Amino acid sequence: MVKQRRDAALKALVEGVPYIQFLGITFDRRGDEITSILHFKEHLIGNPVLPALHGGATAAFLEVTSIIGLSWSMLWDDLESGELALDELEAGKLPRLPKTIGFTVDYLRSGLPRDAYARAQVTRSGRRYASVKSEAWQDNRDRPIVQATGHFLMPRRNG
Amino acid sequence: MTDTKITQQFFEALPHANALGIDICFVGEGKAEISMPYAEHLIGDPQTRVIAGGAVSALMDTCCGAAVMSHPDCNGATATLDLRIDYMRPATPGQQVRALAECYHITRSVAFVRARAHDDDEDRPVAAATGTFTVVGAPCSGNRQSQCKWSSKGATLRSRHL
Repeated sequence: MVKQRRDAALKALVEGVPYIQFLGITFDRRGDEITSILHFKEHLIGNPVLPALHGGATAAFLEVTSIIGLSWSMLWDDLESGELALDELEAGKLPRLPKTIGFTVDYLRSGLPRDAYARAQVTRSGRRYASVKSEAWQDNRDRPIVQATGHFLMPRRNG
Repeated sequence: MTDTKITQQFFEALPHANALGIDICFVGEGKAEISMPYAEHLIGDPQTRVIAGGAVSALMDTCCGAAVMSHPDCNGATATLDLRIDYMRPATPGQQVRALAECYHITRSVAFVRARAHDDDEDRPVAAATGTFTVVGAPCSGNRQSQCKWSSKGATLRSRHL
């Protein structure tokens, strides 16, 4: 029951964002940890000769992972405390998403034409600003293809 | 001029650039200008209908890459090493985003690029970026030798294991 409620909340959060659907990113939740999956599609290719994933697509993947990870950590608290009701969420009353202030991406290896996975870690979360680290990998968790740090402006909370 | 054409065609053939609807306005002499039309599927905030930061990142990355490739000292493909983007304000919904990039310094192995993006209001930038890119210069014998060393070392290691 609790699990269903949490999964429904995550689904409501993600399905409202057209760009996430366009890139083809899905989210796998285990407790409060989210792994995002960039499902390989031909349109994500940047260099058709290698072929390799487009750097912009992998950067966008990490940015989406960071924003959803950050929103989820806020949502989790509100949902657990009962401040936010699930039926409200599903009816489209979604919390405002954090806004990116700055995002730095390091490209470590070229992205192969297959699925990629990513996790974000909120390193600081304040009332106004938050900082998030993220990392994406493919076949091997210890060989990341990209890593990023981002700073975000938090949405205004009620009250 | 023909070089510009080639770079232009190369970038327009990139599947992800195509999916974003990216259009090359100008490339040459280490500079590039490209545009991305507003589209439903690029929306990152459903409430304000502002396009996703990630889409602007992809535009900036492509524009910086085009600037590097068009630099006279770059003889071939390039790849992003790092890219930092500052978002100054949300792009106005319904308007295209235009990016301008300049490769302001290049060495035998690294190209340094800066870029900015704006919508219809050119005086108030939407985002700024700085990045470094790999450079594949003229065929370097030193590189090749070291590669040979590695492969022969690999071979001896392997044969030892056998």
